Amino acid sequence: MKPRIAVFKFASCDGCQLQFLNAEDELLTLASLVEFAYFTEARSRALDGPYDIAFVEGSITTPDDARRIIEVRERTRYLVTIGACATAGGIQALRNWSEVEQYKRVVYPSPEFISTLSTSTPISEHVKVDFELWGCPIDKHQLIDVVRSLLSRAKPALPGHSVCMECKRRGNVCVVVARGEPCLGPVTRTGCGALCPAYDRGCYGCFGPADDANMEAFTRLMASQGITGMDAVRRLRSINGYVRPWRETADAIAKNQNQND
Amino acid sequence: MPSRRTKTRTINVSNLARVEGEGALHIRLRGGEISELKLEIFEPPRFFEAFLRGRDSREAPDLNARICGICPVAYQMSTVHAFERLYGITIDPAVRALRRLYYCGEWIESHALHIHMLSAPDFMGCDSVITLAEKDRAAVERGLRIKQLGNAIVAKLGGRSVHPVGACIGGFTRVPRREELAELREALMRERDDALECVRWVARFDLPAVERDIEFVSLRHPDEYPMNEGRIVSSRGIDAAQDEFDAWFEESQVPYSNALHSKIKARGAYFVGPLARINLNFDRLGTEVQSAARQTQIAWPSSNPYTSIVARALEVLYAIEEALRIIDTYEPPSAPAAKFELRAGTGCAITEAPRGALYHAYETDERGVIRSARIVPPTSQNQARIEADLRELIPQLIERSHVEATRACEMAIRNYDPCISCSTHFLRLEIER
Ligand code: SF4
Ligand code: SF4
Repeated sequence: MKPRIAVFKFASCDGCQLQFLNAEDELLTLASLVEFAYFTEARSRALDGPYDIAFVEGSITTPDDARRIIEVRERTRYLVTIGACATAGGIQALRNWSEVEQYKRVVYPSPEFISTLSTSTPISEHVKVDFELWGCPIDKHQLIDVVRSLLSRAKPALPGHSVCMECKRRGNVCVVVARGEPCLGPVTRTGCGALCPAYDRGCYGCFGPADDANMEAFTRLMASQGITGMDAVRRLRSINGYVRPWRETADAIAKNQNQND
Repeated sequence: MPSRRTKTRTINVSNLARVEGEGALHIRLRGGEISELKLEIFEPPRFFEAFLRGRDSREAPDLNARICGICPVAYQMSTVHAFERLYGITIDPAVRALRRLYYCGEWIESHALHIHMLSAPDFMGCDSVITLAEKDRAAVERGLRIKQLGNAIVAKLGGRSVHPVGACIGGFTRVPRREELAELREALMRERDDALECVRWVARFDLPAVERDIEFVSLRHPDEYPMNEGRIVSSRGIDAAQDEFDAWFEESQVPYSNALHSKIKARGAYFVGPLARINLNFDRLGTEVQSAARQTQIAWPSSNPYTSIVARALEVLYAIEEALRIIDTYEPPSAPAAKFELRAGTGCAITEAPRGALYHAYETDERGVIRSARIVPPTSQNQARIEADLRELIPQLIERSHVEATRACEMAIRNYDPCISCSTHFLRLEIER
């Protein structure tokens, strides 16, 4: 029997699961190797579990979704999170530093109709995750690699070094040195091929923290560029802001700032 | 926000509860009459308009892209135009042309996705693009090629097709050389033929023949098919500047949905998207696309929502021709982006996302920090119109089986391409009889 694959969506923009359909060259081949048992973006018929592999996009932001992810886990053998939302809470995790009731009032005239949690949290805070794919969006080549490994029953492995190292490899001109631009490259995980510096701009951290991110050195680098206080906090609290090394660093800077004020 | 709106803030706030994803349709019938019809959107709110407050306006193009993975270019474009108006920035004509090319890429990619992967399986009696490929592999492969071209155009300007990184207030972070753009030429020429074939293919589908009483709304530009600029026009006589949006349209919340409804004041539902654009701008399509449109045997302007799929295919053809024209006449701008000073102010902009007009409005403080943001996506504008179509459709479905009724409702909703997840599998139909 073909392996049964499922793709689930929680709070997200659909961009990560779109990468399956963006793999135009591989899509029809892939479809002949696996059964997309549950993939609402591509198929209107949904088959019940169990699933061999579930790809989960999106973060947990509602009481219903907190229940649903537990059901998904129960029906799944191997669970892979795809993207910053599922792996780190996503950009919508900015609510974690605010009052969600106030957020509701900003967006909705009748906030009482809206059912939402006060936090946006990654899947791993709710259930066991077998593999995490980073990126906002995930890179389609990394996605295909992971699917290939899993189909041949190997544990997927992806590099965890920094965008900064990737830049050196590609021979990009360093945007920090050459342009004095702020850049999260030194502490961000590779995966995009150091895209932003190749487009003459700094990295904004969409692949999350590199394995060996040295946050102290990075905080000093930012300070040397004049990025301190809430400006530094804002740069870390973004698409992957809720993930530990960045969250802790940003929270510490924010606390310091408050004490100085 | 402009002060005239401050008083009515509570009824004018926009949603960003995205309309992709989960939804359901509840219908209550009494004696064959609809006593209640609710299109529910459960997509959990992500509160962009709330967390944008306090962020630097220069971050907004990257942050807003994350609202939608299917049309990030649209979110970037409405964002940058709104801030450019706010900061009083003039855009180099070459940058303007590149932005149009960027948008062409997204239209091509998004429309090809909708036509082949989401909508065509309906008309061919398949449950997915994968089973469709078993029936008509050539058509699916053609669709994938067209989509790939769209992605390649976006990636050429922004590095990747989902959440591209190159767009910024004032222009782009980096602009291509002439030769880089010319690399797209061969694929564009090839896909022009594919797009023409695609128009013929969808025009042969057995489209339900209905006429609906619809007010269409789109941008209109003095000499171009509308994308980044233009006045707001409608088929019932609206002709307004972009900053008069609030004078004509208003949003309201319904208890059963996480998406706000947008309506024309005192008139109600309206229709945005490819069919609205074609209906209101047929004369701007150019002779080739016009003649392809005439060959479809559809009388344009069309008030049949099911002809949306043909409108979409025609726009793919248009976007390919427009992209060719742009790369053939391209001269790089003197600078990739205009310089500007941050300041306090307000600014708004509408651009034509693949699914229709996308309105953004912002207020900043003197350091360029966002004080308020408001975003009205196309799907929230079409939502009342979708419900209106369903009201007309449902009486004819009463005798049909549940499976058939669900399929018919899904097809009616898919005309609006409301967004990817919900448009494929979004209905949990409940009929109380
Ligand atoms: S990680 Fe980014 S691209 Fe992926 S779903 Fe979340 S917002 Fe979209
Ligand atoms: S350089 Fe950084 S922000 Fe840019 S795409 Fe790569 S990881 Fe994302």
